[in-house]
Amino acid sequence: MSGEQRFKYVGTRPIRHDGLDKVTGRANYGADFTLPGLLHGHIVRSPHAHARILAIDTSAAAGMPGVMAVITGDDIPKTTARLMMGEGGFDLGDMGDNLLAHDKVLYQGHAVAAVAATSPELARAAAEAVAVHYEVLTPVMTIDQALAAGAPILHDGLTTKGQPAAGVPTSPTNVAMRMELKRGDVDKGFAESDIVVERTFTTPMVHQGYIEPHACVARHGEDGQIVVWTSTQGHFNVRDCSAGILGIDAAKIKVIPSEIGGGFGGKIPVYLEPVAIALSRKAHRPVKLVMSREDVFRASGPTSGTKVRMKLGAKQDGTLVAASASLYYEAGAYKGSPAGAGAMCAIAAYRIPNFFIEAYDIVVNRPKVAAYRAPGSPSSTFATESLIDEIARRLNMDALDLRLKNAATEGDQAPYGPKFGPIGLREVLAAAKAHPHWTAPLGANQGRGVAVGFWFNAGMNSSATVSVNTDGSATVVAGNPDIGGTRVAQALMVSEELGVPVERVRPSVADTDSIGFSDLTGGSRVCYATGMAVIEAARDAREQLKARAAKMWGTDAAHVGWDDGTAIPLNGAGDRTPLTVNEIAAKLAHTGGPVIGRATVNPPMAGPGFGLNICDLEVDKETGVSRVVRYTCIQDVGKAIHPSYVEGQMQGGASQGIGWALNEEYIYDREGHLENPGFLDYRMPVASDLPMIDTVLVEVPNPLHPYGVRGVGEVPIVPPLAAVANAMRDATGVRFTDLPLSPPRVLEALATD
Amino acid sequence: MATIYFSSGLAPYTGGVESLAVDAARVGDLLRIVLERFPALREPLEIMAIAVDGEIHQHADYIPLTSGSEVHLVPRIAGGHR
Repeated sequence: MSGEQRFKYVGTRPIRHDGLDKVTGRANYGADFTLPGLLHGHIVRSPHAHARILAIDTSAAAGMPGVMAVITGDDIPKTTARLMMGEGGFDLGDMGDNLLAHDKVLYQGHAVAAVAATSPELARAAAEAVAVHYEVLTPVMTIDQALAAGAPILHDGLTTKGQPAAGVPTSPTNVAMRMELKRGDVDKGFAESDIVVERTFTTPMVHQGYIEPHACVARHGEDGQIVVWTSTQGHFNVRDCSAGILGIDAAKIKVIPSEIGGGFGGKIPVYLEPVAIALSRKAHRPVKLVMSREDVFRASGPTSGTKVRMKLGAKQDGTLVAASASLYYEAGAYKGSPAGAGAMCAIAAYRIPNFFIEAYDIVVNRPKVAAYRAPGSPSSTFATESLIDEIARRLNMDALDLRLKNAATEGDQAPYGPKFGPIGLREVLAAAKAHPHWTAPLGANQGRGVAVGFWFNAGMNSSATVSVNTDGSATVVAGNPDIGGTRVAQALMVSEELGVPVERVRPSVADTDSIGFSDLTGGSRVCYATGMAVIEAARDAREQLKARAAKMWGTDAAHVGWDDGTAIPLNGAGDRTPLTVNEIAAKLAHTGGPVIGRATVNPPMAGPGFGLNICDLEVDKETGVSRVVRYTCIQDVGKAIHPSYVEGQMQGGASQGIGWALNEEYIYDREGHLENPGFLDYRMPVASDLPMIDTVLVEVPNPLHPYGVRGVGEVPIVPPLAAVANAMRDATGVRFTDLPLSPPRVLEALATD
Repeated sequence: MATIYFSSGLAPYTGGVESLAVDAARVGDLLRIVLERFPALREPLEIMAIAVDGEIHQHADYIPLTSGSEVHLVPRIAGGHR
């Protein structure tokens, strides 16, 4: 791989192969699928945030005409198994208990029973007829409540893993994990600092807000063979989690992914599929389950609400010398927040010789959190980048110069241990300094903020095949649902390797029976890792085509070269006329049969990505309403395979981050009831709320990928929280430490300032 | 000799040892030697990825080591779905 690589197809902007179907409504999503004899399922959900299940009486529901099956937690085996998969792993016991509660309900909306009936209306009526008797318990809704002495305990068996804090009981506890990162002498570092800033920041629990609710169909045959159609970020993940939870051999389950209407991490866990399988097994008919929007908010994974105490110390010249932080992340009902990732990301952008960071994973009576774009990083970065802004102000330094002075670069040791390879933070900062946005004049009541963000970018397992058809066109098959334009990116890679125009390459997402194992679509990994598999598969096919050309020429394959879709004779091949892909493909049956290239990979993590956002915010100081009036995203993407979809990832991530900063939050009453489970009251930004978001692609090639690709999908959500808050500080003179910056909060702060 | 660092707050499991030089051909061999010396590391190791000379691997047992290789234990990115 080299930064000097020249590409013919990569870097162009063809129309995506799935585009027309999606803009015309022809594409099939999770809820679109149907089968003869299909039953409709409905989930019975807890009205309480924390309660013990005393009894469930399903007899009335089961006796209703048209009701074909009723199941409870008794139909989901309790297990202690874990499924090691991808970056982390899944506790299948917790996941199963989240599917249908066994003993306790742990949040409002927690599933306790499910029914299948011949119509959606009957299923809903039957669900209402299921009688559940609860002993209502005091809910634990906040980090402070969970940590308080004498707090109600969610899980009697939970102990603090990792490095428990000294002198604090590890059981019973609501603290599932504590970890530390440290280097140098942090006390000495602060003592040597000329300036020390310290504040506590909070971010609310927010939802990924994907448009398409979770939906699936499952058919359990009399022979035990199971087929699942579902909207998911990882159908192999659905297969293996369902198999593990239900105690079924994975080979019995085939999962067919639908198109997916957004996921952002929230469609990694299973919420419906094992329940649909269990219902179908009992009813002997296929069963469809579809979440309502309320179900999505109440019972599918949001991301953690957080509290971060952060302290930074710097010299008068701006050199950062010390950092300390305590991170508290809500996990929701079961252990597993991204607190650890938050700790590792918090100061990754900077060279700080002395630091101590501790992170706590805390269970509360809210839905179990799921991944959400760069999970953990936005919240801790909000704290860091707010304090960096404060240091710049107090030192009267340019905010970009301060960051450049301390920016991590190749060879620096990351706070989580290893040394960085080639990274593009300095190039990103330089691009920001050169961008006209940075020096553009501001209008009245406007402020400008800047912030950087970091994410690791994952590797993991991927499989791909590339087939050459007899007309010279090609098919590329991989195992990752296409969320962000990965199909067309894969087609571009095949075009680059084979010299076949991208419109003659058909990219396809295969089911679990039709391609080798592939980890989920997430971690910003598909263009990198699956792309690597696609390139290797295409190169495998190309070598086979060269061998076929050699056969046609009656020479040895070593005497055949390849140039832009044409086999060319090398020294030793004699005076041969070059053969195009079309000409070789037309003779495949004569030269040995089909050509199928294949590859499987499990590469290391992709190499970190850094981004920077510049935000101009206009604030109405009479109403507290703020509006983003200009926004620029700059990011090191390694190499953009299809720049439009890279830009789209950056714009989408920024939009979500702006919503997180300005408006979005889960609002609960004292009893733990979610009060805003719909898009009317849960305010996400829509197109009319935002200006056109400008993007700048910085390309510092990643040496681990043949073309230099890094992940791009997660970094974009990291900077906006602080970029917006720093712009608010610039516009109002008030440092906001609690998100969202909703009009009432802004008004209150302006009134008291 | 490769060097393994216990810099992610793992020192409590190693009696305060922050790094160790180990003669091992592959990461799996190195970890076996480390666990023999620090058996308390076994549980935290289950949730660690392995960085070898800056490259972070989820499954590293057969990654070859060279003289001067730097190995770091990095918490896996649970991503909210442990």
